[in-house]
Formats: sequence, structure tokens, C-alpha cells
Amino acid sequence: MQAFLHQLLSGLAMGSTYASVALALVMIFKATHQVNFAQGELAMFSTYVAFRLVGAGVPYWAAFVITLGFSFIAGIAIERLLMRRIQYASPLTAVIVFIGLLVIFNSMAGWIFSATTQVFPSPFEGPHAWYGTIYLSPHEVGMIGMTLVVLTIVFLFFRFTRLGLAMRAAAENPQSSRLVGIRVGWMLALGWGLASALGAVAGMMAAPKLGLEPNMMGGVILYGFAAALLGGIDNPWGAPIGGFIVGVLENLAGAYLVGSHLKQTLALALIVAVLVFKPSGLFGRTVVVRV
Amino acid sequence: MSKRNWVVVASVFTSACFGFAALTGAVLATGCEKKKPDGSSSGMAGAGDKGPAMPGITATEIKIGQTMPYSGPASAYGAIGTTEKAYFQMINDKGGINGRKITLMSLDDSYQPPKTVEQTRKLVENEGVAFVFGSVGTACNTAVQKYLNEKKVPQLFVATGADKWADPEHFPWTIGWQPSYRTEARIYARYLLKEKPAAKVCVLYQNDDLGKDYIAGLKDIFGDQYDKMVLEKASYEATDPTVDSQVMTLQAKGCDTLITAAIPKFGAQVIRKVFDTGWKPLHIMSNVAVSITAGLKPAGLDKSVGIITGGYLKDPNDPNMANDPGIKDYRAFMKQYEASLPGIDPGDTNALYAYGVSMTLVNVLTKCGNDLSRENIMKQAASLSKFVVPVAIQGTELTTSATDFRVFSQLQLSRFNGTNFEPFGDVLSAD
Amino acid sequence: MSTVGEAATTTAGTANGAITGTTTGTRRLGGRWLGVLALLVIALVLPFLLSGYRIFQLTQITVYAVAILGLNLLTGFSGQISLGNGAFSAVGAYASSILMIKLGLPYWATPPLAGALCFVAGYLFGHPAARLEGLYLALATFALSIVMPQVLKLDTLEPWTGGTQGVYVTKPVSLLPELISDDQWLYFFCLAVAIVMFVVAWNIVRGRTGRALVALRDHPIGAGAMGIDTVSYKSVAFGVSAMYTGIAGSLGALVAGFISPDSFTYLLSIQFLVGGVVGGIASIFGTLVGAVFIELVPDLANKISESAPWAIYGVLLIVCMMMMPWGAAGLVHSARAWLARRSTRRTRS
Repeated sequence: MQAFLHQLLSGLAMGSTYASVALALVMIFKATHQVNFAQGELAMFSTYVAFRLVGAGVPYWAAFVITLGFSFIAGIAIERLLMRRIQYASPLTAVIVFIGLLVIFNSMAGWIFSATTQVFPSPFEGPHAWYGTIYLSPHEVGMIGMTLVVLTIVFLFFRFTRLGLAMRAAAENPQSSRLVGIRVGWMLALGWGLASALGAVAGMMAAPKLGLEPNMMGGVILYGFAAALLGGIDNPWGAPIGGFIVGVLENLAGAYLVGSHLKQTLALALIVAVLVFKPSGLFGRTVVVRV
Repeated sequence: MSKRNWVVVASVFTSACFGFAALTGAVLATGCEKKKPDGSSSGMAGAGDKGPAMPGITATEIKIGQTMPYSGPASAYGAIGTTEKAYFQMINDKGGINGRKITLMSLDDSYQPPKTVEQTRKLVENEGVAFVFGSVGTACNTAVQKYLNEKKVPQLFVATGADKWADPEHFPWTIGWQPSYRTEARIYARYLLKEKPAAKVCVLYQNDDLGKDYIAGLKDIFGDQYDKMVLEKASYEATDPTVDSQVMTLQAKGCDTLITAAIPKFGAQVIRKVFDTGWKPLHIMSNVAVSITAGLKPAGLDKSVGIITGGYLKDPNDPNMANDPGIKDYRAFMKQYEASLPGIDPGDTNALYAYGVSMTLVNVLTKCGNDLSRENIMKQAASLSKFVVPVAIQGTELTTSATDFRVFSQLQLSRFNGTNFEPFGDVLSAD
Repeated sequence: MSTVGEAATTTAGTANGAITGTTTGTRRLGGRWLGVLALLVIALVLPFLLSGYRIFQLTQITVYAVAILGLNLLTGFSGQISLGNGAFSAVGAYASSILMIKLGLPYWATPPLAGALCFVAGYLFGHPAARLEGLYLALATFALSIVMPQVLKLDTLEPWTGGTQGVYVTKPVSLLPELISDDQWLYFFCLAVAIVMFVVAWNIVRGRTGRALVALRDHPIGAGAMGIDTVSYKSVAFGVSAMYTGIAGSLGALVAGFISPDSFTYLLSIQFLVGGVVGGIASIFGTLVGAVFIELVPDLANKISESAPWAIYGVLLIVCMMMMPWGAAGLVHSARAWLARRSTRRTRS
């Protein structure tokens, strides 16, 4: 029982990272109908920026905020400069552009920051960390907490602010939004910026646990993608839930079902099986099209 | 013309330029190849190489090549290639080897064997290197082992600990350097049998040759006892984000001894998770995992106390080693060539490894004198006689012979005390 | 994904004029056959002008072309996006090696058998996958390519697959050692197989199956209404694609001389997709451009920058996509359409 609880809670901790990444993917998808495969690498690169700031003596939370700003601007820049030019091309073209971005960020990180694993500090550890248990380290508790806080902020933003409403409108129905006076192009860019910032949060939370190195987010993006689809790619609530489910599933599959040598296989097989029976994900909307 | 037409014209023009450039490049490259000293530049008659007697060697240059994973999941090992390049730069600055400068061509293979085959062929056939030195990766080196042996190109001091490299009978042109993982595991197994025969062992291993060799080494020594002693083993893939689940599974089994055969990134995760769960096993870790910079620091030095490993190189972070001449020279080198070693610090075992193996190579090449033919280079590599690498643990002498290609066969067990690894016991031999 | 359909229609104009209705006169057709002939002549002559290493690269290009062709048939013509073709490549390669080592079959017999096995595997995978669309299918296929190395490393399969150590594949030896070197012999063998596969693809695309697949891609509901068995055709498309990639895998094993689980990571599937899109995803001849791209551009990037070659590769990739969003075949199609417009304008005035 203890072991089960352990696996479950640890799964939730990792799941919080998948949840953030999944939400970032869904945000960009809702606005542009494209999946940003480079999300993980962008997050990793932002984390390196934070790492350099902290190394230069900037206090952690200041560095955190500055990094959020950096990734926000980077996201907007990518959308305005790159994605806007290929928006009328086939989705496959966009996929290749994302792959290109992925490769660029990965390679630049290795070149600029070296590929040796670095130590990224956690703001949650230390003598004051009363909330750590043997099931969850202080940092893991902090991870889950931070993710929930961020998800709540995002939800509140989209639900209760005018800007959030405008962004949702632009994503849902760009033509009508233009008629109402919303600058759809900039709404998309904002969406990208927010998604990148979200990814940066995921990266900075995951780095103390996984070890900061250029390939840190490689495994994460796969599970984040799976989580987003599992939850329903067009459902911003489904994505984080999908993330937590995937985190727990991964652990339980490896511990109780097949053993670690087939853990990855089984976790993915299960996700695909769910999709076969529920093709738009657990919480996704089945789109009914008039033919 | 309308905008669309401009786009089309621009596109056609650009691709025409690309096409022309590519064609020119290809033609030039083809043209150049025919002048390479290596005999296989002609596509006609599949006859054997008729190149000069010392391929890759001129009066002023020794040209060698290697493949390194500068990208992909194993990119942390790229530091080895970078350090080796800096080392050879140092040798060249001091005048070279018997008056010849040594040029290392280090190509990226992303740890993918088909790419290794391609890059190695490029090095041998296109660039005409004298030999291949210190490529990383078991699968990668295996992919080109047959080819290099058939072409009689030395495959020197491969940077992998798989057990198979010491096979002069079948592969006389291939030789390893570091003690094999299997040897290391055998030493751990012997240690356990001696000090803790009732140990309940769990093994966490990387699901590739690294891990599998460890399991094999344990089986070698435990023999029939293996099933009784090893309660559970758990593996992970290099593409897994985290190994926490595996650690928890092993802990739940109730083991009191944990053997971790992993790379530093995952080694750090294991240390941290073991500490966080309050599990206090006797923790033995593979020497590739315990790099202080890459493995222990990310985990937390305080969490790593008590870890045992079997090393073959000195620990540069050991305060007792501060005045050791070998380590001092190493640190001086790392300091002097800092600009060529971005992001690599002296505590990184990859750098220390690269230093040691490069030194061994320089010794081999120096002994060759003016006969730098491939045959002689291989012969010298196979006749190391009590060569001492100053950064190897005290008392280690490297010896090879025509029948014994094991370069390193000794290890020293040591325990981490919070700052450095403290050796204990005698230097142990694999056999 | 209807926009994939639109993309495919644009690029497909040159390759399958018969289907999209932009059939051109015999003059254009004649021009195309001339192009094919020229390619063939170059392909036959080139190995005698190049060194062993370059021939090796040329052979790799041929093998990649077959693999990318498989992907194009699936993603371009049938509209099912697949990120899992690397996995079928692995199946083909290992099947080939097992046939050669365990059953002692000669190397030239293995590609067809490996292909047949992969067809079955692809069909079986495609059947449940037919329910998935777009991104969901992409994930399912991506998952396949991620787990394949793990499956290959299983202890239970080790006697067949050699586990993490990999398996050596004996390189074919030339039957005319005086005239043709081993490298050249292997190249010609791969070329022969590739030509056969291209001809087969050409026929599939122009025949009933091809038309059904294109209909499925462009308007699945209409196609169903016309009596096309959606699931069956989609599964067949998967099977055919897997067959092509499997054959490419078995050829690739001969070329590299060695296979291991590390040779078939998800990076391979991504490379195939890159090659497919750069060449033009619904084009048969675009596959050649794609194959050349994925084989030679990484080297080019390395020459430009030794410290961050993949960054250069990424930049080149993005630039390519900006300049030719519909791939090389799409570019050719646009150029020809532009020329056609220019010429009609001239004749009119």
C-alpha cells in the first residue's frame, strides 16, 4: 500500500510537468490548429537562461520572472516572424518548421551552455521545507503546487479578463473576431507568448528533478503530447488532467504491470488504446461536421 | 508582376542557386577525392588498397579521426572529443610528436550506428586518416569494427567499456582502454561476497550494453548464488524522463544493497530519490555515473555520502590529490586551454578520461618513431609495457601484449565522504 | 486533414495528372519521360565516377528514397500522417537479418520477404489506426517508433535480435569482381529494387487503389458514399507504406552492414517525414529530392559550422520550408503553371 501510494504521488509530481507542457500545446493548438513540437526545447532553453541569471547572482524569483518575460517575448517573436508566413501552407509544412526550431534550440543550447548536466536550484528546498515527506520531496510538493497555481491563473485569465476573452474569440472564430475589431494576428502572438511562458515554468520546475541538460525535455514532450491528446487536444481542462493521468499511468504501468523494461511501451500502448475507443480524447469534443 | 509571381520566381531562382551550388560542390568534392592518398578513391576494380605505406601521415602531420555524439541523447560525452582536441593542441604547441603535428577530425554521429558507419567511411576513404581513435559508443564501434579490421585500420582505445574489445584473435586491429563494465561488476560482486555475503541486492541499469554488461559481470561471480542474492533488477531507457518509479519499485522489494549502472544524468536522479525516500542501502555506482560535476553535484553532495565506486582514475576533487603531480599537470592543462573547453570543468570525469587516453595515444605514437604505418601503430599499441598514466590510480601500470588487449584491468574501490572519493582497500585486479 | 489534401493536390499535379484531371498533352508527358531517362542514365553512370564512400552515400540516398516513397504513399496520397515509419524499417531490417542468418537465405531474396512481412504488420497496425485522424494518428504512429527500440531490446527476443549488441549483416559480394566493386554491386542492387518499387508506386497511384486513396484523403465521406471501404483501403495504405519502408530497412541493413536498436530510434521516422515534406509529400519524384536532402544536408551543415551543425540544419530546413512550402515538387508544379500562364498570355495577345 505504501509502495502504491509512493508511485501514485511520484506520478503526480512528474505529471505536473506533463500537465504544464500539455496545456502549452493545447493553447497553441486552439489558436492555430498546429502542435508546437518545439515547445520542450523552448522550455529547456528558457531554463538555461534562468540558470545563467541565477549563476550571475540574480535571486531565484527575480530570475524566474525575467525568464518568463524572455520566453514570452521569444514566443511572440517566433509567431510574428516565422509562423505567420507559413500559416496558409499545409500543416505538414508547419510540422517541419517546428522540427527545425526544435533542432536549432537543442543544438544552440548544447553549444552555448555545454551538454554537461548542470545543477538548477529549487526554491522549495532548504531547512524551511516543512512540507516534504518520504513520498514527495519538498521540491516535488512545490512542483505540484506551482503547476496548480499557474493553471488557476491561466484559467482566471481566460475566463474573467477582456484580453482572455478576446484571445478565446480569436481562436474560436477569427473571421467574426476581426469584424468585432479584435486584432487576431496579435491575439495569436499573445497565445504563443503565453504558451512559451508556460513551457518555461514547466522547464524550471522540472530541471531540479531531471537535471538541466539540452535533452532534458526530450522525454517530457512526448508524454506532454500524449497527455494533451488523451485529454482532448481542444480542451484546455483536459490537457492538465491528461498530464496527471499520464504521469501516474507511467509509474503504475512500470511498477505493477510489466516491469520497467516495457514501461514506456505499455504506457504509450494504453494511451493509443484509449484513443482508438475515444478518438477525440477523454474530454475532447467530437466535432460533428455537416457534409 | 503580381506578388504570387514574384514568389514563384524567387523560389525558382533560389532553388536553382541551391541546385547549382550543390552540383558544383558535389563535382568539386568528387574531383578532389581522386587525389586522396588512400587507394580506394577509384571506383573501378574492387582490388585492395594500393595507397602509400603510411596513410594519413606526412612529414609534418599525423591525421587521425573519430566519431563522437555531439548531438542527441548521449551528447554529454561530446566533452571527451572536445578535451582530446585541446590536448592535442597542447602537444602541437610543444612541438608535436617527433616533429609532426597531430590533427584530430572529430565527426558527429548522434550516437546512431548507421551514421557512425557513414562518418567512419568518410574518415578512412575520404579524409585518409591514419587510424580511428577513441570513438564513443558500443553499438557505434561495433558497427564499424568489422569494416576497420577488414581495411586494416587501427581502431584504437575505443571509448566504451564493453567487454568485447579485448579480442586480438578475431579483431586484431581493435583495442579498448578503460576497464570493461563487466570487469567492474565482477569486482563489485567479489567485494559483496567478501564483505556482505548475505546482501539483498537490487540492480538499476540502463537498458543497453552498459547495463547488460554489468548484469553479466555480476552473474559471472555470483554464479549459482545470483538468483538468491539479486532480488530484483529494473531498467530504464536513455529516453525516459525520470527513473523515480524504478527506484521506488526496487525499494519496495526490501533490498539493502543497490547497484546502479547508469550515466551521470540518471545517477543523479537515483541518488536524490534514494535519499528522499529515506532508503539507506549500501549504494554501489558504476564509475561512469559518479562524475562529481555531472553526477553527484546535481544530486547534492550531502545526499551522496557513502556511495562506493570502483575507479581507475584519481579523483581530481580529492584534497589529498591537490599536490599530486599528475593531477596538478591535468589542472594546469585544463586552465591553460580553458578557451577551447567551453563549459567543461576539471572535475568532469569525461575530461579526466580524455586526458588519460590522449596521453596513452601520444605515448604510442612517440614510440613509433618514424615508422607511422598502420601496422606499426597497432603493434606499439599492443606492446605497452608498464606505461604509467599519471592520472590513473597509484600503482596502475598499463601493459598490453599481442594476446592481451586489456589495457586497464585494475580498479580501486573508494567511498564518497561528502567532498571527494576516499580510496579503501587494495587495488583490485579483474582476474 | 483537409488542408493536407489541398497541399497534396497542389504537389500532386505533376505526379499524377491522370487523377487530378490536369492531364496534359503528350508533349509534356514526353518531356517527363525524357527527364526520367536522364535520371536513369545519371544513376547508372555515377558509381563509376565516384569513390567508395560517395557510392555508399549514393546507395543510402537510393534506400532513403524508397522509404520516403512509402511515407508519401501513406501521408501524401492517402492523407494519413505517419511518424512511425522508422519502426517498420526496423521490422524489415531485422526480418531480413533473421532470414539471412537463421534460415540462410541469400541477400537478394530477403527484401521481398521482408516487404511481405511488413505489409502484413502494417495492415494489422492500420486496421485499428484507421479510426484515428490527424494528430491522434500522428501520436499513435509516433508512439510506435518510440517503443520499437525498447521492444527490440527485450531479453526474450534476444536470440533473434541480438539485443543491444546488434547484429552483423554480411555485405553482398560482387559477382563480377573485375568490373564492379562490392560497393558498386550493392548500389546497383539497391537501385534495381528502388526502380521496381518506383514503378509499382507509379502504377498504384494511377490505378484504382490510388484513386480510392486520393478520394479518401480529399473527401472521406463522399468516398464512403461511393462505396469505397474506408477502413479496408486505409489499412491497405498502411500495409503498402510499411512494405516500402520495410524493404528500405532491409536494404539499409545490407548497406550499413550492422543493425542495432539504436539504429531505429524515433529520429529516423522524423528524418523520413522531413525528407517527404521537403521533396513534396504527394510526389513520387519528390522523394529523390527529399532523400538527397536528408543524406547530404547534415554534412553540408557540418562543413558550415563544426560546433553547432544541427542548428544550421534547422535553419536550412526552415528556409527551405519558407521558400517552398509545398516541397520541391510543389515548386516545380508552381513554376510550370507559371510558365504555362505566361505562354498562354503571350499567345492570346
